[in-house]
Amino acid sequence: MAIPARPALPALDVSPALRTLILGLGGLVGSIALLLLIGLVLTQTEETFTWSGYWQQVVSGLAQGAIFASLALALVLIYRATDILNFAQGEMATFTTYVAWSLMNHMSYWPAFALALVFAFIFGAAIERTIIRPVEHRPEIVVVIVTIGLLIALNGLVAWIWNPEVKAFDSPFPNRTTEIGGVVVAIQDLGVLAVTLVTVVVLWAFFRFTTLGLVMRAVANSQDASRLLGVRVGWMLALGWGLAAVLGAIAGMMAAPSVFLDPNMMLIILIYSFAAAVLGGIDSPVGAIVGGLVLGVLINLLGTYVDFIGGELRLPAALVVLLIVLLIRPQGLFGHKVVRRV
Amino acid sequence: MPLLELKDVHARYGPIRALHGVSLTVDEGEVVSLLGANGAGKTTTLRSISSMTRTTGEITFDGRRIARRSPEFAARRGIAHVPEGRGLFPELTVWENLRMGAVAPGRGKAFDQEAKRVAGYFPWIDRRRDQPAATLSGGEQQMLALGRALISHPRLLMLDEPSLGLAPTVVRELFATVRKLNEEDGLTVLVVEQNATIALDIAARAYVLEVGKVAVEGTSDELRRHEGVRKSYLGY
Repeated sequence: MAIPARPALPALDVSPALRTLILGLGGLVGSIALLLLIGLVLTQTEETFTWSGYWQQVVSGLAQGAIFASLALALVLIYRATDILNFAQGEMATFTTYVAWSLMNHMSYWPAFALALVFAFIFGAAIERTIIRPVEHRPEIVVVIVTIGLLIALNGLVAWIWNPEVKAFDSPFPNRTTEIGGVVVAIQDLGVLAVTLVTVVVLWAFFRFTTLGLVMRAVANSQDASRLLGVRVGWMLALGWGLAAVLGAIAGMMAAPSVFLDPNMMLIILIYSFAAAVLGGIDSPVGAIVGGLVLGVLINLLGTYVDFIGGELRLPAALVVLLIVLLIRPQGLFGHKVVRRV
Repeated sequence: MPLLELKDVHARYGPIRALHGVSLTVDEGEVVSLLGANGAGKTTTLRSISSMTRTTGEITFDGRRIARRSPEFAARRGIAHVPEGRGLFPELTVWENLRMGAVAPGRGKAFDQEAKRVAGYFPWIDRRRDQPAATLSGGEQQMLALGRALISHPRLLMLDEPSLGLAPTVVRELFATVRKLNEEDGLTVLVVEQNATIALDIAARAYVLEVGKVAVEGTSDELRRHEGVRKSYLGY
């Protein structure tokens, strides 16, 4: 049995909940301190630096990061349950976003949003039952190729159904800015952050407090042990794919207003999300969220303040940072080092 | 009619044949041991009952055929299988592991009440409910796995090498609990055990497996007197 080693933490002899709280607050304070420090350095190096402009970039980076975080969370969810890296996660999100676009021609935004999530859930679960199930116990490379095939198929299907022209996608949030403590921020960015926050809290509560959530966590821990307790593992995996597709759909619908609707809209976002998931530690949901946010802020600051990086070199720059983190900490920021007991 | 009956069960892992026609019975309210050396097919026998390996032959439980269904099917019929390695969820807490014993539909409806009963056998469970199972000692893990199996009031408890890697005092405590459950609640138990002394001590009857077949069977007293069993498994 592979038992994940507990991360080596200073001996905090308190309840797990309190420890999580302390670590969480510590992380938050640490991040703010780090951002302040980066800002201070920039005041010395940048002639045109303003603090309000800097925080504006941070907020917009967080909003971008929230989208990476949602999709990264979807990847982690599936990886934990089945050890599969789902390369089609982005295209599944694209497909659902197109469905939402079609729905929005007939109804207002939020009902269409909700219906699209329902569709995403059924769509994700159906893909697991029909396409992934037959290859589930095959070698990893087979499953990877199947998900890549699914990526290509969905990409083509979207172009065929909706035609490949770029389309505008409504945002539920007003296209205005507001001022918080002297910092001008886009309401769109705040809206994306709020939607992501609500999603993450709902998902966390589901896994933490419901019996179904408990069973899904157990299945992610050990499928054999779950089956011996009478759990229908197959249905739980389908459920996991459904939930992951819902997360992806949220990411797609939040991204579409700014990147516009086109069949390849999620390709780059998927790469960032993979990077975010790996950065956080591929088996850690908290890691996926933190990884997404960190990456979002990082590429925004790099693109804004480091002259030679600009817009085009953002992705390579992000991957370089990822590489450095993985060299220092191979299991990612929050991942478990897997220790196998023999 | 026996509660559990295996008739001429063969099993294989890919090309490797692990069981060559095992037949055995377990009656309601009985403790039965499966003895044998490493690789004799003890674990495979339990796995066959739970449909975790490919088998041929007939397995009936409570008059119903259960061979070649699925582990969840066997579990839902009332077979609690504590596998080799205990089958705990290392990242879930002690209490969450316990709750997993009651999630299958129609089983363990009154979880709170059942949990209280189980905590009566292992009082430490209640005190350490929020601790991840991975941080328990081997003995505690085995007790938790046993406790979780009991939550659902199984009709048959199957234990796979419960003594493996445990200190002698822990093993004694564990088997004392199993004996108590059998005597007080009439729990039916099928236990796989390499330690023949312990296994014959707790069981009324036993089967000795050798290379995938039942070599000797009888009551525990008969087996203790059996010369081959004494020499090979009891060591005197």
